[in-house]
Amino acid sequence: MASGSTLKMSTEIAQKIRQHGAETYPHECCGALLGRDGVGADGTAIAGGVQLPTREIAALFPLVNRRDDSPRNRFSVTAEDVREAEKAAGQKGLDVVGWYHSHPDHPARPSQYDREHAWPWYSYVIVSVANGKPAEMTSWRLSDDRAAYACEEIVVRDHAAR
Amino acid sequence: MGVKVIIPTPLRPYAGKRDSTEVKAGTVGEALGRLTTEFGDLRKHLFTDEGKLRSFVNVYVNDEDIRYLAKENTPTKDGDTISIVPSIAGGCD
Repeated sequence: MASGSTLKMSTEIAQKIRQHGAETYPHECCGALLGRDGVGADGTAIAGGVQLPTREIAALFPLVNRRDDSPRNRFSVTAEDVREAEKAAGQKGLDVVGWYHSHPDHPARPSQYDREHAWPWYSYVIVSVANGKPAEMTSWRLSDDRAAYACEEIVVRDHAAR
Repeated sequence: MGVKVIIPTPLRPYAGKRDSTEVKAGTVGEALGRLTTEFGDLRKHLFTDEGKLRSFVNVYVNDEDIRYLAKENTPTKDGDTISIVPSIAGGCD
């Protein structure tokens, strides 16, 4: 079910996410999405009853997957990594607005595990990597009641973050 | 002056868009209890249905992880800062 929210990114950033997924295949990659929420409300109310504006990704903060024990089907970003990502975002005048990870040889659909471990408000970008080649990329946001993930539209275009 | 609680970005929509708040509390558990009394919508994102802190919710008192202190019984005093910091997890099945 579409939430009506939109995530914008440049072709360069979309390419970097796909490339990261290909580089770490058959393991999952992960990283932070640095950006900002735009003005104007063209989204559906799912975060604290607040209208969701269009969100723009301006930079990435690639991270190391901390799940050494099960890196093919799990990723983990520690609280220390989150703080590092927030610091990097702050230095650019941005916020950490979400996270990306890959699904090696699985569709770009959130798993139950993804949903159970998700935070609200963040955008969760998933790129499917099939036989080492990046394929479909999707973005999701957790609903207020934690019951569902809503798909958000990804708009990729040159200089989207300007 | 009470204990300052820093609210992480993804939870601010559920806390009146505030990035921090102040509560009177003698322990971390009390502070989180007061916080979720004031902002009821925060509760389900911080605690499981059984009332336990979710595994991906990390709590620090003055930069010390409460897992290495006395967890939710960690004492707090006026002037302390409690930070709630996310960790992120997921996977394809």
